Amino acid sequence: MKKIKIKVNGKVKTVLNNSKLSDLLNNLNIPLKKVAIELNQEIIDKKRTINIKLKKDDKIEIVHFIGGG
Amino acid sequence: MKKDKLIIAKKKFDSRLIVGTGKYKSMSECAKAIKMSGAEIVTVAVRRVNISNKNKPLLMDYIDPKKITYLPNTAGCFNSKDALRTLRLAREIGGWKLVKLEVLGDKTNLFPDMIETLKTTEVLAKEGFRVMVYCNDDPLMAKRLENSGADAIMPLAAPIGSGLGILNKINIQIIRKQTKLPVIIDAGLGQASDAAIAMELGCDGVLVNTAIAKAKKPFEMALAFKNAVIAGRQSYNSGRIGKTLMGNPSSPTEGII
Repeated sequence: MKKIKIKVNGKVKTVLNNSKLSDLLNNLNIPLKKVAIELNQEIIDKKRTINIKLKKDDKIEIVHFIGGG
Repeated sequence: MKKDKLIIAKKKFDSRLIVGTGKYKSMSECAKAIKMSGAEIVTVAVRRVNISNKNKPLLMDYIDPKKITYLPNTAGCFNSKDALRTLRLAREIGGWKLVKLEVLGDKTNLFPDMIETLKTTEVLAKEGFRVMVYCNDDPLMAKRLENSGADAIMPLAAPIGSGLGILNKINIQIIRKQTKLPVIIDAGLGQASDAAIAMELGCDGVLVNTAIAKAKKPFEMALAFKNAVIAGRQSYNSGRIGKTLMGNPSSPTEGII
């Protein structure tokens, strides 16, 4: 299967072409209830990650709350 | 005595002290300091998840968002676009609509860029956010913020993290007098008495981070701020005496032997 390069939180990652966003999040052990996700600067509905196929050069941002003033 | 609650965007709070969760040595220290402060609202920042360390502790594991109101902020944003992006993401994490907007204009003094701040407040209010807005101590800008749909005005006491205390008491009083919105002093407090002064000026609350987190004894300082906010509010509600230039004896002058 063809492999593609994407960026997750600024870091290059190699995944299988057409693999799902939900698979990536599972592999990274992301607690969905505690994060928000952007795909190419668009916010993703967390319930629909299973319907999203990853493409070459996709940029994903996964954010959460940390300590701040 | 009538319950004297802090009301922000129709939500009621017993504590008038809001604390930041940054700059602590550890998350457990942060959680304990919050407990000591009695705060019911804490500010939090939105940042990337560390994807290379899957076992890194999460803030939500230490501070339960069901018990303490999280107030997502836009710390580190220097323009409207970044601030909007940050708060839209914050809302997505778990439906947070009450947010703190701060758009900074200068990396050294951390003063707010009020033009970007006003613009962003308007957009956020239209999108259904309830916005508490960090601003400078300018009564004209505070009025404009109110007209832009802000839910709380948060003028700085002094530059963020400076510990200088309230630099412009007169402006703060004017801001308090001219608005129906809650006024929360945000940024620049150094010690508990600064918080008491803010409350005595009529402010509805104070937000403190560095002064607690970086005190030699953060837990004691958290408690000191809690007490100072209560004392300052009670003093304000009690109606202070007028000031006179000359002395006025406390004991009766009649019947002196």
